[in-house]
Amino acid sequence: MEQDIVLTMRGICKSFPGVKALNDVDFTLRKGTIHALMGENGAGKSTLIKVLTGIYPMDAGEIRIDGTEGAISIRSPQEAQSYGISTVYQEITLCPNLTVAENMFIGRTRARTVDWKGMEKRAGELLDSLGIPARPRQQLGSCSLAVQQMVAIARAVDTDCKVLILDEPTSSLDDNEVEMLFKLMRDLKARGVGIIFVTHFLEQVYEVSDQITVLRNGELVGQFDVEALPQVKLVELMIGKDIADLAVIKKNAPCETQEVLYEAEGLSSSESRPFDFHIAKGEVNGFTGLLGSGRSESVRAIFGADPVTGGQVRVNGKKVRIQKPLDAMKNGIGYLPEDRKRDGIIADLSVRENIILALQVIKGMNHPFSRAKAEAFADEYIKALEIKTASTETPIKSLSGGNQQKVILARWLLTHPQYLILDEPTRGIDVGTKTEIQKLVLKLAEEGMSVTFISSEIEEMLRTCSRLIVMRDRNIVGELTGGELTQEHVMRTIAGGGN
Amino acid sequence: MNKQDNIQTVRRREPITDTQLLLTITICIFVSMYVLAMLIWGGGFRKPQMLFDMLNDNAFLIIISCGLTIVMITGSIDISVGGVTALVAMVGVMILNGNLGLFNGLIASLGLGEQWRIVFALLMALLIGLAFGLVQGYLIACLQIQPFIITLAGMFFARGMITIISVDPQKAPQELMDILQNRIEIAWLGSPNKKGVMIPARMEIGVIVALAVVFLVYFLLRRTQLGRGFYAVGGNQQSALMLGVNVRKTRFLAHLLCGLLSGIAGFVFMMHTGAGNATNATAAEMNAIASSIIGGTLLTGGVGNVIGTLFGVLTLSTIKSIVTTSGLRDPWWQSITTGAMLCFFIVLQSVVLMRRAKNKEKK
Repeated sequence: MEQDIVLTMRGICKSFPGVKALNDVDFTLRKGTIHALMGENGAGKSTLIKVLTGIYPMDAGEIRIDGTEGAISIRSPQEAQSYGISTVYQEITLCPNLTVAENMFIGRTRARTVDWKGMEKRAGELLDSLGIPARPRQQLGSCSLAVQQMVAIARAVDTDCKVLILDEPTSSLDDNEVEMLFKLMRDLKARGVGIIFVTHFLEQVYEVSDQITVLRNGELVGQFDVEALPQVKLVELMIGKDIADLAVIKKNAPCETQEVLYEAEGLSSSESRPFDFHIAKGEVNGFTGLLGSGRSESVRAIFGADPVTGGQVRVNGKKVRIQKPLDAMKNGIGYLPEDRKRDGIIADLSVRENIILALQVIKGMNHPFSRAKAEAFADEYIKALEIKTASTETPIKSLSGGNQQKVILARWLLTHPQYLILDEPTRGIDVGTKTEIQKLVLKLAEEGMSVTFISSEIEEMLRTCSRLIVMRDRNIVGELTGGELTQEHVMRTIAGGGN
Repeated sequence: MNKQDNIQTVRRREPITDTQLLLTITICIFVSMYVLAMLIWGGGFRKPQMLFDMLNDNAFLIIISCGLTIVMITGSIDISVGGVTALVAMVGVMILNGNLGLFNGLIASLGLGEQWRIVFALLMALLIGLAFGLVQGYLIACLQIQPFIITLAGMFFARGMITIISVDPQKAPQELMDILQNRIEIAWLGSPNKKGVMIPARMEIGVIVALAVVFLVYFLLRRTQLGRGFYAVGGNQQSALMLGVNVRKTRFLAHLLCGLLSGIAGFVFMMHTGAGNATNATAAEMNAIASSIIGGTLLTGGVGNVIGTLFGVLTLSTIKSIVTTSGLRDPWWQSITTGAMLCFFIVLQSVVLMRRAKNKEKK
């Protein structure tokens, strides 16, 4: 059995200022297996992988790899590559200005010159054999994100790799592409490559993995064979809470009061077609539809995030003009954007500064809050939302994704909006925080706030919303309430099968 | 079945890269501008010597711009190049005319002839250039300091050194300049003067050096791993690191090369003028940046081509010639037109690139 093992990590420790990211973690990878690495956000998956690829130096522990005697030290991604450890990251780590072929071969050879013909020929063969729709001489930036991801995988596959790390590789791929990737993973497995597969999608873990290692709060929970670990048990291990907690959420009741808070007639923006929309006080409703159906664009129009081109808007029955986000904020509307990294956080500012930002903008930048007051606000919401941060002064970029999202949520809650729009608030967030956010939404609604919720997970929408607006091809195609709110019915409306 | 068809159609199209696109634009504009000048103002523009004069006058600028193109491709900048050029020219001239005592002693004690002064001047040129590249490259690549500020300091330092070495303008001795200013005569490209005697076209040695530099840098950028590393680092530093490019070394070498090339440019400048002066090569760094940009190098890094840079220098000097030929002899007209053209180029580039990005999104 010993010969089967390709990679052993023992007693790995890694600390960052104020946080112990990894504490005495062991990890063993066998040849020809797909090994899922699971854990909530902030469990230490990314840190473990970055230690393994030489991006972070480890504080203690040892790494052994098949083919090299004794413990090895990996100080850079190049060294990791030379030991046969290749990584494909969630964010595309290729150079968009180079050609596809170059991206597959750069940094891999000791040769001093570039053999364009040979490189492009090999790249072409590899792309063909994997069925990737890209030309070797095409500039990478002109490919779609999914294709770029596949080029990254092709590159990793082509190096003589013993250990292939796939860090959330499926998050930007559609079902077909995921299937292609899984086929590829199984091919590689048959060739004896050990694959570390990091993902949030439970079904995908069970579809391809052989073994599962679970981390929680930087510590090893255990290593299991897939057959021995039912899905419910896995979730339980990951979040370390009673699983029953997940199911018990009281659904938002359809609104009794017909007091309309916000009403739009023929609202349109540069990105969205005209649509009508309204929301009552204390109501939770949602926009649903496939990616690109216009659901995000619609709520962005409500918030004025894209230039508004027409339509009438009433808030509390009074006609108002909402042309830009500041107008919306002054009317008590908050918007948590879909792309947290780009539109949400300001990475280098502290948690405190990120929290008070929206309120400060409403108050006016010429009237700054005193430091003490700002800290009091930040402390209050860090406690209320259980944000895990070393202090109020920690830069937000060093927080985990789920905690960053909570900070952005705190930013809006601090302004006490009457209407809050949450666009994919639970994307890329662990199960525990997801439930917390869902519960929070319902609590806010009970207190009289109106909430519009968008999520790719229909199940999540059904759990929280009392009314669903279904979009297809940038048009509203249906509105579902009450008994119509079943998964099957929603799917049918999205697909356009009719009633 | 359908999916397969899709792949096929994608494959058939031959897409060009941003670099190639911008290069094409530059060459087209230069050619059309020159042809227009030949048609409208005729005279000088119709003689090949006009082109050679441009090359003779701007050989040093071509070399500087090549260095700057490399640095700009990595997403960095070097504004010390003009200062280094001037410093090298000053030191070189003073070695030639014997006003630097150190070298007089060295040459005397080694018992070498006067011609050896040229060799020492060249060695010093390379040495000074390398020294600037080394220090600046180290500070920028290894200590991660803002390149703009480091090279701004380098520029002040170089300009200051010139005045420390000599407050007075210096002149190289004629007999040595005769060696340096040997010109290559190309008879078949000559043109008749007023009396109808054929005057052959003349090209200075510096032009050969400059064209050789362009060729070598082209080879470096296109054919070597290091050269592709420059592009990778400029495209996305983090990604380049992940792809196994030694980012630190790559950035260091870019600045080292740029320093070395400004040293060579200084020597070429000295060969052309034979004079050392504190105001030599004033604003050469700005002209070099402008040339690189006109040549299709993006300040944001990752995109650029040294052939484009060569055409950038020529375009810039064509604009200046046109302005002078059309009777606007006051120097500010050159600045104003250069500024306007630069603005035009940048707007054109970003419009083209933006439309490209939009098209991609639509697909």
